[in-house]
Amino acid sequence: MTAPANDASKGPQDAMVDTVPSEGGVTREQRNPAVASRERRTTAMSPSGETPYLVVEDLTVQFPTADGLVSAVNGLSYSVPLGRTLSIVGESGSGKSVSSMAVMGLHDRKRTRISGSIRLGGDELVGLSENELMKVRGDAVAMVFQDPQSSLHPLYTVGNQITEAYRVHHKVSKDVAKKRALEMLDLVGIPNPIRRFKQYPHEFSGGMRQRAMIAMGLVNDPKLVIADEPTTALDVTVQAQILDLLNNLQKEFGSAIVLITHDLGVVAEMADDVLVMYAGRCVEYGTAEDVLARPRMPYTWGLLESIPTVSAANERLRPIKGLPPSLLSLPGGCSFNPRCPYADRVKGERCTTDLPDLLRVDGAGAHTSRCHLHDKASIYEAEVAPRLG
Amino acid sequence: MSDTVRTVDAGTASSPLLSVRDLKMHFPIKEAAGLGRTRKVVQAVDGVSFDLRPGASLGLVGESGCGKSTTGRMITRLLTPTSGQILFKGTDIARMKEKELRPFRRELQIVFQDPYSSLNPRQTVSNIISTPLRVHNLVPRGQELARVQELLERVGLNPEHHNRYPNEFSGGQRQRIGIARALAVEPEVIIADEPVSALDVSIQAQVMNLLEDLRRDLGIAFVFIAHDLGVVRHFCDEVAVMYLGKIVEQGPREQIYSAPQHPYTQALLSAAPDLGTIRGVPPKERIRLVGDVPSPIDPPSGCRFRTRCWKAEDICATQEPPLTPKSKSGPGHRAACHFAEPKVDLTAATA
Repeated sequence: MTAPANDASKGPQDAMVDTVPSEGGVTREQRNPAVASRERRTTAMSPSGETPYLVVEDLTVQFPTADGLVSAVNGLSYSVPLGRTLSIVGESGSGKSVSSMAVMGLHDRKRTRISGSIRLGGDELVGLSENELMKVRGDAVAMVFQDPQSSLHPLYTVGNQITEAYRVHHKVSKDVAKKRALEMLDLVGIPNPIRRFKQYPHEFSGGMRQRAMIAMGLVNDPKLVIADEPTTALDVTVQAQILDLLNNLQKEFGSAIVLITHDLGVVAEMADDVLVMYAGRCVEYGTAEDVLARPRMPYTWGLLESIPTVSAANERLRPIKGLPPSLLSLPGGCSFNPRCPYADRVKGERCTTDLPDLLRVDGAGAHTSRCHLHDKASIYEAEVAPRLG
Repeated sequence: MSDTVRTVDAGTASSPLLSVRDLKMHFPIKEAAGLGRTRKVVQAVDGVSFDLRPGASLGLVGESGCGKSTTGRMITRLLTPTSGQILFKGTDIARMKEKELRPFRRELQIVFQDPYSSLNPRQTVSNIISTPLRVHNLVPRGQELARVQELLERVGLNPEHHNRYPNEFSGGQRQRIGIARALAVEPEVIIADEPVSALDVSIQAQVMNLLEDLRRDLGIAFVFIAHDLGVVRHFCDEVAVMYLGKIVEQGPREQIYSAPQHPYTQALLSAAPDLGTIRGVPPKERIRLVGDVPSPIDPPSGCRFRTRCWKAEDICATQEPPLTPKSKSGPGHRAACHFAEPKVDLTAATA
C-alpha cells in the first residue's frame, strides 16, 4: 500500500474529534479522529470558490497487470462543495469511473495501488480499513451505477434491498426501515410504493429500476452522491425524468453530486463544474460555462466538434483523428499529442517531450487546462467556435 | 465545407427503391394461462409504411421497444413479417422463400449495433468480409483478397490487417469491419441499426462521416435506425418517429425538427439534452412525459400514446388517429394525432 494515510502519519490526534462545521451525516460514532485532524489544505478549492465537501488530491490509481503497470488515474485533483454538481467527462478508458470507484473504496485492495488523498468533509478516506470504509460507504457517500439491471440483486425484493441499505447504517426495527423505504420510493416518483416494495427488480422497467437504485442510494441522506453514467442505459424521455429527479433531490437535500458521463448534453443540463479526463489525467477543469462555452484544450474542442446535436445545422462532423492511447504505453509528453491537430503550432517538440501542467487559463479564475498552446483563447474564438455554430 | 453537399434531391422524381406497406410483426408469446390457453402476441410492429428513394436516407427514431429494429430486421428478411408488403423495386419480398430471396439479400444489407457480438471472433477479418463475396459469386476465386483489401481501405482500415481477428480491433474499427462486410456485395440499401451508439463520441463522429461518404460516393440508400436525435438529424433527409410499433410522425428532417406536430415527437425533442443552453441559447421548453411506454402485448386502445399524452381526450381512446398530413404542415409531413399542431423552438437555435 502506498497510501499516505497509514498509521505512521497520524500525527497529533488527541481530542480533535471533528472540526467539520455542522455538516449533518457526520454523526458516526466511530469516526477516526486521527484522520479527521489531518491538515486541511486550502489549495483544492472548487471552481466556485465554496468550501468543498469532497476533496480529491493527486489521486493516482494503478493496476499491476501481466503486461506492466497500468496507471488508470494519474494525479487527479478536484473538489465538490455541497449543493453543487461536478461532471467528470471522458471517453471509455479515460479513468473517470476508476477514479470514482476509488472514492467509494471499491477497488480490490490486493490488485490496486492507490495514492494521493481523498477527503470527505475533512476526513481522509485513502488508507482506511475495510471496516471503516463500510461505515462511510452507503451512508455519507452513495453511488448510483450505470446499469440498474445488474446492480440490483435479482433474488431480493426491491423493498428488501432498500431496507437493508438503511438498517446497515441505522439501528432501527424492520418496520421503521420499511416506512423509510416506502417514503424513499415515493420520493423518487415510483407510483404505488406499497405494491412496488414487494416486487423483484425484474418486475420493474429500466427507468423504474434506476429510480429504485436512486432511492436505495439516498435512503441514508448521503452528503455525496456519485452517479456513474446514471442514464446511459435509459431512453431519452426517461433520461430526462431521472435527471430532473437528481436535480430536485439535490435542491432538497443539498448534497454534492459527482456525475460521470460521456454525454456533453447531459453535462450542459446538469453540471455546475466540469472536469475533462483524457488517458487518466485531468486535461481541463472549470465551471460548466468555462469548459463548455470557453474551452481551452484541443481535446475538449474535439469532443464538442464531434457531437451532432439536435439543434445543430447539418455540417460535416469533425471527429478527433485516431484512437485513445493504450494506458500501458502512453505517448510521451502530452498524452493527446498524437491526435491533436494543433500540436504543430507549439514551438519545438514540447508536446511530445514535456507533459504540460494543469495551469490557470487566464491567470485569474479557477479554470485550468493542460496544454502547451500559447494563444488558446484566440485559436478557439477564431477557428473552433465558428464551427460549433 | 464543400464536401457536405448532399444529394437531397436525389431522385425526388424517381420511383421508390424500397416501399414498405402496412408491415406487421406480431410475436406469439407462450403464457401458462391454465387450460384455456390464451394466445397473446407482442405487437412489435403494427402497420408501418414508408418509401425509400435511391440514395436517400430515412431515419427511424424512437425509444427502446418501439419496433424500429424489428422493422429493420424485417426489411432485410432476418425476420418474416406477420403481414404486409416489402416491395424492393416493385417485387414483394415479404414472404419470399429463402432460395428466391438470395439475389435480394445482396441488395439489402444490414450493419448491426454491437460491433462486439456481430463479428465472429474465430474468423479473420478477411474471412468475414469475403464470405458474402463467395456466397454471391461476386469475385473470381483467388481474387477475393484484393477485393477485401480494397474494401478495408474504403472504410478507413489498414489493408495489411486483413488476416487479423476481430479482437485485435477497437470498437470503432470493428464497426468499420461490419460496414465493409455490408459493402462487399455492393448493396443498394443499407439498414444501419444503431451503428454508432456503442461508440465513444470522437469515434462516433468518424464512423458517421464514413457512412456519409459512402452514401455520397456510392449512392447507397440508408434506413438509419437510432435513438439519438442529434445523430439522426445529422444523417437523414427524412425522419419517421415510431412509438409502440407505429409511425406517429413522418416528414422531411427540417419539418420534424423545427415544427414537430405530434406530442410524442415534441416530448422526445424536448427531452434530448442539448449543449445549446450553455452557449447562451435560451433554454427550450421542457415537456416531461410521465410513466413508461405501455406493454406492446396489450397496447392502449385508440391512439397508443394517449396514456402518456397531455392532450389526450375521449376521442383518443376510441378512435385511432391515421397518419395524415395536417393543416399546418409542410409537404410530405404527416402526423398521427387528433390534436396535432406544430410546436416551434423545441430545439433551440433552429435556423
